[in-house]
Amino acid sequence: MEGSNIGLFFRWGHLLAGITWIGLLYYFNFVQVPFLKAVSADGKSEAFKHLVPRALAWFRYGALATWLFGAALLGPHLGDAFMLQGQYAVIGMGAWLGTIMLLNVWGIIWPNQKRVLGLVPASADEKKRAARMAFLASRTNTALSIPMLFFMAASGHGLALFN
Amino acid sequence: MGNPLDSIWGTIITGFVLTAILYAVVDSLV
Repeated sequence: MEGSNIGLFFRWGHLLAGITWIGLLYYFNFVQVPFLKAVSADGKSEAFKHLVPRALAWFRYGALATWLFGAALLGPHLGDAFMLQGQYAVIGMGAWLGTIMLLNVWGIIWPNQKRVLGLVPASADEKKRAARMAFLASRTNTALSIPMLFFMAASGHGLALFN
Repeated sequence: MGNPLDSIWGTIITGFVLTAILYAVVDSLV
């Protein structure tokens, strides 16, 4: 798919969706978490009703779309990438990191955020635990995004760096 | 020592350290 017109369309979609996803991830970690710590109980409740659910919706569907466009872009080389074969090891490492991050979003962050936001019934203790889990998963994704973006960029512009 | 992920800078430094480690891994495969 790479190098073809349809490949360009997939790459464009991958970038648009990826910016939506990782932009919101950085917003959560660098802006929203400190904001929610500082704001009043009323402000927090308003944010939980009108701001956080909207941001989380764009975040998790952005993550899914990023992965799907990325998989489509790799096309027949998807297997080579995930098996870390030859030069495909570079984009493959990025793909593995992106996949772990996607699973973190849908498997840990979103189910726990649903408890925090009250979309799923939970006791005060369960909510506290869910908030901690979601926070750590989100911070893990922020850390993983740094090597993930390095390998994404390196596969297009830095192959000479490797051996 | 606390969890580095509790701080923004700890998270960012963790990301750079991971980048160096994974670079060495991929470099050995290419």
